[in-house]
This record gives sequence, structure tokens and C-alpha cells, in this order.
Amino acid sequence: MTHTEVSTPWDRIRPHWSAQTWLRTVHVVTGVPIALLASLVILGLAFLSVTLVWTVVVPLITLLLLFRSVRLLTWLQRCRFSAFLGVEIPALPRRSGGGNPLKRLLDEARTRSTWRQIGYHLTSPLISGIGFVMVVGAWSGSLVTAALAVRRWNLDGTWASVGVAQFALLSAALFVAGPWVVRGVAALDVIAAEALLGPSLSDELVLRVETLRESRAEVVDAADAERRRIERDLHDGTQQRLVSLAMNLGMARANLVDLPEPAREVIAQAHEEAKQALKELRDLVRGLHPAVLSDEGLDAALSGLAARAPLPVRLRVDIPERASPTIEAVAFFVVSETLTNIAKHARASSAQVTIDRRGDLLHLTIFDDGRGGAGLDGGTGLRGLAQRVGSVDGALRIDSPPGGPTTIRVELPCE
Amino acid sequence: MRVVLAEDSVLLREGLIRLLGSAGMEVVAAVADAGDLLRAVDEHDPDLVVTDVRMPPSHTDEGLRAALVLRRQRPGLAILVLSQYVEERYATQLLSTATSGIGYLLKDRVADVTEFLDALRRVAAGGTALDPEVVAQLLLRRHSDPLERLTPREYEVLALIAEGRSNSGIAEALVVSESAVGKHINNIFTKLDLSGVDKDHRRVLAVLRFLKV
Repeated sequence: MTHTEVSTPWDRIRPHWSAQTWLRTVHVVTGVPIALLASLVILGLAFLSVTLVWTVVVPLITLLLLFRSVRLLTWLQRCRFSAFLGVEIPALPRRSGGGNPLKRLLDEARTRSTWRQIGYHLTSPLISGIGFVMVVGAWSGSLVTAALAVRRWNLDGTWASVGVAQFALLSAALFVAGPWVVRGVAALDVIAAEALLGPSLSDELVLRVETLRESRAEVVDAADAERRRIERDLHDGTQQRLVSLAMNLGMARANLVDLPEPAREVIAQAHEEAKQALKELRDLVRGLHPAVLSDEGLDAALSGLAARAPLPVRLRVDIPERASPTIEAVAFFVVSETLTNIAKHARASSAQVTIDRRGDLLHLTIFDDGRGGAGLDGGTGLRGLAQRVGSVDGALRIDSPPGGPTTIRVELPCE
Repeated sequence: MRVVLAEDSVLLREGLIRLLGSAGMEVVAAVADAGDLLRAVDEHDPDLVVTDVRMPPSHTDEGLRAALVLRRQRPGLAILVLSQYVEERYATQLLSTATSGIGYLLKDRVADVTEFLDALRRVAAGGTALDPEVVAQLLLRRHSDPLERLTPREYEVLALIAEGRSNSGIAEALVVSESAVGKHINNIFTKLDLSGVDKDHRRVLAVLRFLKV
């Protein structure tokens, strides 16, 4: 046995007169005063700006007011759509409010969404006006014709009379058509509002890019902070212990001269091991994030790096103004890694590192006279470099023909 | 010899006290930060200060800055700076105050006990002790001017003078005779136009020219 729900034509028609229809009607009706107010404000302020353009000051103020009121009116419309139709129109990406009024004015005038909003507010009297006439016409027409039919019936005393039947039919037709008209007008209004008041696709993309850029910058900064933390931990803990250990072994080696030879040998060996471990740890820690980089900048940090390189490195640094800590860390990392690579693979007899800042760009050039043939697909080293450079929107170019020489150029944005 | 020691790692501080004690030096105060260091020097008026570069609270270069302050207040005070990493920039700042009674060494050098104590005594006696790594960094920058006329061997000798070594120390390090070292040094003086100057000062002047401080 299956239970089938009995559905009469009435069941299907009844929802047309549900609360939703009446809310839609209220929506259309409230649209008229808001639309009139909007176009009045916009046209009025625009008119003032145009006619008083020669005063320079007045149009500045009126245009500022205009853009401000456009945002306010959009907010009002958004509330109307949300309250009566349950349609949420996504808010526009908010522009930063800083800067002087003139710049803000220009920014606002250049923004396409401002003009789209104005477009909506100027077309809404049309939509709301015609919609109002149709919706109110349908509902009141239905009532008026019904009243006329009743009056005619009273006069004629019969339903068969021509006038009574026509009026009654018309009334019924308008009553049935009403919800459809309301729905149509509201739908049209929603389409217009979503197209003109909501963010456009490009707005959404801009917003998305902005969010992604921020989150990436946070990740890069977090990684940098983590590197510093590790460096600090190693410096304050492990390195000091190792120095202390090496010193004690050194004291033992120097003072315990009367020990039997094998014991002295063991101590000597342990001493050398500890010193070697210290050196390795020092190189490792230094590669993370040297303290002198934070204190004194790239110039100081790189001169240490170049001095420790196993081949002669000519270093020229010309940075009148320090870049951000993250950019400095990336630049240091690039030079550090590249010098390591050169020492390992290039079979070069010398290298040159040049860093200068031109405007907002930090230019790094690392040259070696080795055998060349370096590329991004060769190993993970250079690709890692390119990734680290890319993480701050920098660019890395490699010029390394087989047989050499190799030049690596990196550009890093300082802002 | 009375020494004030500044080092924030307890382990290393205690080790250094023992090491200095074993060498017959008296550690009159051992402190853990730069502020205490300045106060301790005021109170004890030591012959030598040994200080770390990075110390609390900011863990950057407090030790070095304290050393510069001390150097200005007491030009005669011998100061040895110990650092986890030797940096040319720190060394130049330190040397810009004077080149006598100054030392700047990598902490690792502490492990080579006799050499370290040797450097300490040298600094206390008004000499210099520069870490070979600092010298290497300074070398890197000075590729121009009269120094280019030096042969690689003379360059090595000059670097060792800059580290604060005596003629016999240099001879030992390069495994050559002392007379060979003397010959190299004379060549250096000639090439740097220092032949006419008073004998004792030529060494310092050569180092100064070398370091460009």
C-alpha cells in the first residue's frame, strides 16, 4: 500500500497567496520611495557638482557626499532585499579609507563598482515604478472589479448580466495574475541588484588575490620567524654546551700530560671531534639566519659569508636603505645557497656578488667563472632558490651556458 | 691579573672562570648581562674584560656595545670580545676605538686552551688578538690600493701581524725561519711606504692601513 498525497488544483494555487507573496509586494512598494530618494540625491548632487564646477570646492564636497551617499543607499537597498526577499547581496570589497580627500575621490571615481551602484540607483525608479504600477494595479484592479461586479449584481439582480460576469472574471483573473506579477517584478529587481550592487567577478578575484597575498606573506614571515627561533635555540643552548665541552676537553688535553698515552690520545681525539662539531654547527646555524643580519643588515652578513667561502669572492653591496627583514633574509639565503652551489659544483676559480637597490627593487647578481650548465631542472638547489624568491614575488634568472660562465640575477621587491 | 667576565651561559661562564683560574688569573666578577658588566667594571676596576657579544635582554650585540662604552670611558682597559660568529662589522666598530689592548675572537678558540690564554695575555699586555676569520673578512674588502702590490706570502704575513702575532709567532705559523719573516716584514713596510717611520710604530701603522679603520 502506498500513500499518495491528494493534490488538488487549489493546493497548487494556494502558495501563490502565501506570506512570501505579500512580502514581495511590500518589497516592490518600499522600493519606490527608496528609488526616488536615491535618484533625487544622486541627480541633485551631480547637478550641483556640474553647475558649480567653477568653484572647484563645491564639486569636491558634493562629489564626496555623492559617493558617500551612494554607499549608504546601497546599504539601504541591501537591507531591503535581505528583509523582504531573503536575498543576501554580497558586500563589495572595502577600499582603504586613508589618504587625502582628493585622492579618495579619485580612487572612488576610478572604481567601477561605484558607477555600477549609481547605475542601479538610477534604474531602480524605472523598475520599481513600473513594478509598483503593475503590482498595485493587479491587486487593486482585482478589488475594484470585484466591487464593480457586486454593485452591478445589486443593480441587475442577476449573475447572467453581461457586466457582472465580465467584472467578476476580470477580478478573478487579476487576483490569479497578481502573485505572478509580484514574483516577476521582484525577480527582475533581484537580477538588477545582484548584477549592479554585488561584487563583479573581477572584484571577487581582486579580493581573492588580496587574501591569498596576505596569507602567503604570513606564511613566509612565519617561516622566517621559525628560522630565527631555531637559530636562537641552537645559539643559546647547544652551541654553548659544545663550546664548554670543547673547552673542558682542551683543558684536560693541556693539563693532564702525565696520563698514559692511549688516554691522552682519546682525549685529543674527543677534543678534535668537539671542535669539528662546533664548526659544523656554526656553519649550519649561520645559514639559518645570522644575528648580524638583523643587527647590521645585508652588507655585514654577506661579508662574513663571502669570507668563509672556499673560493675568492668579490663582494660589492650598495644599499642606501635597508629592505624588510623578510627580503633581507631571502637575499642572504640566495647568496648563501649560491655560493655553496658554486663551491660544490661549478669548479670556479672566483665569484662576484653584486647587490644594489634601485628604487623599490633589490638587484642581486652572482657571477662565477665555473663550468656552467646550471639550470632549474638540474637539481633541487636552484629550484628551491627560485621558490624562495618567488614566495616574495621576486624573479630569478639563470644564464649558464655549458662551459660557463654562470650569472644568476635576482630581483626582489623591497616594499 | 684581575678579570671581569661577562657571559650569559652559566656552563661556559663557570668553565671560563676555571680556565682563567688555572692560568693564574683572578676573575673578580662574572656577570650575565651588559648592564651588570658596566657596573662590575666600575666597582672592581679590572685589568681585562672578557665579554660575549650576544647577551640578554635583547640577545643582539649588547656585549659589543658595552665594550665600546667601556673603551670610551677607560681607554687603557684591555677588552677581549668573544663571539659565536665573528663579524667584520663588529670588529671594525671595536677597532675604530683603538688597536691596542683589543681582542676579538670566535668562541670556538676557547677550546684551544693554550692559544686562547696566549691571546688573553697578549690583549692584557696591550697587544691585539684578532680571529683569523675576522682578518679573512677584512682582507676580502681590501683588494685595492698599495696592498695589491704585496705578494700572497707578504699578505699572509701582514694578516698574521694583524692577528697580533710576534715575529716568532708568525714564523711558527708559516713554518719558516724568523729571518725570512723579518725580510717579508721589511718588504711590506717598503711597499706600504712606511720605511722612514719610527720602528715600533710601523707595525701598528701597517696593520691600520691593512684594516682601514
